[in-house]
Amino acid sequence: MIKSELIQKIADENPHLYQRDVERIVNTFFEEIIGAMSEGHRVELRGFGAFSVKKRNARTGRNPRTGAAVHVEEKHVPFFKTGKLLRDRLNEK
Amino acid sequence: MSEGTLTRMDLSEAVFREVGLSRNESADLVESVIRHMSDALVNGESVKVSSFGTFSVRSKNARVGRNPKTGEEVPIEPRRVLTFRPSHLMKERVDAGNKS
Repeated sequence: MIKSELIQKIADENPHLYQRDVERIVNTFFEEIIGAMSEGHRVELRGFGAFSVKKRNARTGRNPRTGAAVHVEEKHVPFFKTGKLLRDRLNEK
Repeated sequence: MSEGTLTRMDLSEAVFREVGLSRNESADLVESVIRHMSDALVNGESVKVSSFGTFSVRSKNARVGRNPKTGEEVPIEPRRVLTFRPSHLMKERVDAGNKS
């Protein structure tokens, strides 16, 4: 499923809403999550999962081709952990 | 890094501010987004959101695990797990925003 299909499903269930409003709602949902994480916040959606930010320390990496040592700066990466309910649903018989 | 956790309520509030709907309806719509994504994943579909990231379901084979405390061998059943791959845009924004 891609974002436009997600938007379409929600638009179909809400015929009283303009398509462009449904687009704005869905975009706001994702934008808000990225915005929160870029301020260092966690976003917890019970039953679905939680988005958080993990710090990766600076390290000395290697160019795999030449073997030359390169300095890799400290960085912050997005991380997602699946929620219990969804994890269980993925595995129900 | 500042503290704080956002929940469905904060996302609903953002939708409420963005579109002229009631708080109740905004909350219902946030719930629909989550439900449609969950349902697609449970059906084994991946969910691709451009400029956000991709959720995909992977199947893992059965393997023998070990209880790290006791060293006892325990069978791990085959299972499906969800992975999330953030988009480049998300990675860039999250890294830029958290620079000290």
